[in-house]
Amino acid sequence: MQKVIKILGTGCPKCKAMTAVVKEAVADNNIDASITKVEDIMEIMKFNIMTTPALVIDDVVSIKGRVPSKKEVVDLLK
Amino acid sequence: MFNWLQNFSDWLIYTIFNVGEDTHLGTALNFFVFDTLKILILLFIIVFFMGIVNAYFPIERLKNYLNKKKLYGLEYFFASIFGAITPFCSCSSVPLFIGFVQGGIPLGVTFSFLITSPLVNEVAVAMFIGMFGLKATIIYVVSGIILGTIAGWLLGKFNLEYLLSDWVKKILENKIQHREYAGEKRTFYQRIPEITKSAWDIVKGVIVYVIIGIAIGAAMHGYVPENFFNQYLGGGEWWTVPLAVILAVPMYANAAGIVPVIQVFVAKGVPLGTAIAFMMGTVGLSIPEATLLKKVMSLKLIAIFFSVVTICIIFSGYLFNLIL
Repeated sequence: MQKVIKILGTGCPKCKAMTAVVKEAVADNNIDASITKVEDIMEIMKFNIMTTPALVIDDVVSIKGRVPSKKEVVDLLK
Repeated sequence: MFNWLQNFSDWLIYTIFNVGEDTHLGTALNFFVFDTLKILILLFIIVFFMGIVNAYFPIERLKNYLNKKKLYGLEYFFASIFGAITPFCSCSSVPLFIGFVQGGIPLGVTFSFLITSPLVNEVAVAMFIGMFGLKATIIYVVSGIILGTIAGWLLGKFNLEYLLSDWVKKILENKIQHREYAGEKRTFYQRIPEITKSAWDIVKGVIVYVIIGIAIGAAMHGYVPENFFNQYLGGGEWWTVPLAVILAVPMYANAAGIVPVIQVFVAKGVPLGTAIAFMMGTVGLSIPEATLLKKVMSLKLIAIFFSVVTICIIFSGYLFNLIL
């Protein structure tokens, strides 16, 4: 089943770094996933987080406030 | 602690590049090499340790703590301290702000956090230790925390909740659905590489400002005559502190770039208090921060927020000049 990945962040350097890591992780492992960047602060706040960037996989906040390593993202997606 | 670095700089400039020890160019280059390396080492160490704190800092639990306990006014102080401890990323200020207010923390307490967070940050602290030494750094950090406490308390007295943006008010009224959070399951050792990497990323991000700042500082150090600023800014006229702060607020130099320049100002006769006030105005309040905050509050509230903090900074500048 396709994973729905959302990256929450207002466009700071860390958010861009997270997007790059996630995209790479998905591409490298041929994971079936859609990646959306959520930059609107009102949308972001619906996820009840206090630090950005945050990684949301299938509507569950998995990582917040830091940039994960590629391996970690792959593990989360499996 | 940094003797070996001074020896290295002496050796590099005076022996390898063969620039005379008593020339302006020689001292300026030496100053530049020594300071750049020292600052970068300090930056990395401090940012790394803050990274560890950040990885384990329970911001959600802090939110609940500030909300539930009756702290008899100490909540402003605690919020201010926590603002200093948490590494600041301007892009997180809005989510933090909303998270706090939504968690039932009074607006004034939230402001205390919001004021100290950029004011006392890891880059500023590392730069201060490197350029002014430990004592001045402690004064800076302590006064930053006190300033956040007082300014937040003042802002809380004004009852400004009605000036928040409409959508924020709406969020406050009907508590939004709580999302599940998977939680962190990794051990400390698993996290070290990524903390190291992000510390390095932060240092990499400010390297260019450090170099520019120190280069300007080094140039001024070697070429601006002693007591130059004494004649204009250092005389301690009453208007120098407000002028320094008001000039500083619109300036968005990050701490990395501004501290080396301030250090030369101080070396050439500007009082340390005026310099610290200038520094606080530069890093504590900025136009980009205002644009971000615009999303959660009205312009009027931003104006009140900035004015109160500016006035507090000016007062602390006077205070420093009196006691230092």
